[in-house]
Amino acid sequence: MLNWLLVATVVGCTVMGDLLQSLEMKQLGEIQDFRPGGLGRVIGYLARRKYLLLAIVFMAISFFAFMKLVTVADLSFAVPATAGSFVFETILARIVLKERVDGRRWAGACLVACGVALLAH
Amino acid sequence: MDAADRRIRLKTRLFAVIVVLSGAFGNFFLDWGLRKSNTQLSMSPVDYVVAIFDPWVTLGVALLIVWLLARMALLSWADLSYVLPVTAIGYVATALMGRFFLHEQVTPQRWAGTLLIVLGIGFVARTNPRTTPEREIALAGDRPC
Repeated sequence: MLNWLLVATVVGCTVMGDLLQSLEMKQLGEIQDFRPGGLGRVIGYLARRKYLLLAIVFMAISFFAFMKLVTVADLSFAVPATAGSFVFETILARIVLKERVDGRRWAGACLVACGVALLAH
Repeated sequence: MDAADRRIRLKTRLFAVIVVLSGAFGNFFLDWGLRKSNTQLSMSPVDYVVAIFDPWVTLGVALLIVWLLARMALLSWADLSYVLPVTAIGYVATALMGRFFLHEQVTPQRWAGTLLIVLGIGFVARTNPRTTPEREIALAGDRPC
């Protein structure tokens, strides 16, 4: 029961973290100035974006939940169980971020999720 | 494909390589440092603070910060549904580093997994990295880049 609760926490927080991060970075637009001053301005701007800060909190929860998961379950269970986040994120990228996800991207996401699951063995 | 598309594709590939390498080496050095120092991590935050002063762990954490920043930059112009599968090659890089540096066993299933990931990346890499128009920001003057 605890294992599946941790899997749900890892997947849910990874999905939310990536989705909010992508949303905020799309709002910012393409970063073109990589000089220290330009990057400083970008970091200053991002530090005020509440969804990005929330995304980092979700990523931290996901990281620590995954560390806890591998202490109570085998890695060969933890990695495949959490690889499903690839498919969930692709679905939400289509619905929430309005990305054009064609057949090649669906096939790619599914193959990668299956590949990650096999890597754990 | 026009010049702007070529520029975006080149920039995307460069940042994808940075994300993959910094992530793989960051995790590797973190693991290496924790193994070498025999650090036992409990629920206490003190253990994490002590662990971070190991030079290998510090290097690992620094590389993972590079990973986070490079990934954020990549997401500023590329789709999430493109970035996720393309940077998944990091799983393969980690498996190969385990094989060559830590002399871990790579089973046939792992090689099959590697093949599936590479195939998946092959599908996604042929698509355009950006399928959505850049969004307008409410405060256009606030846009820093």
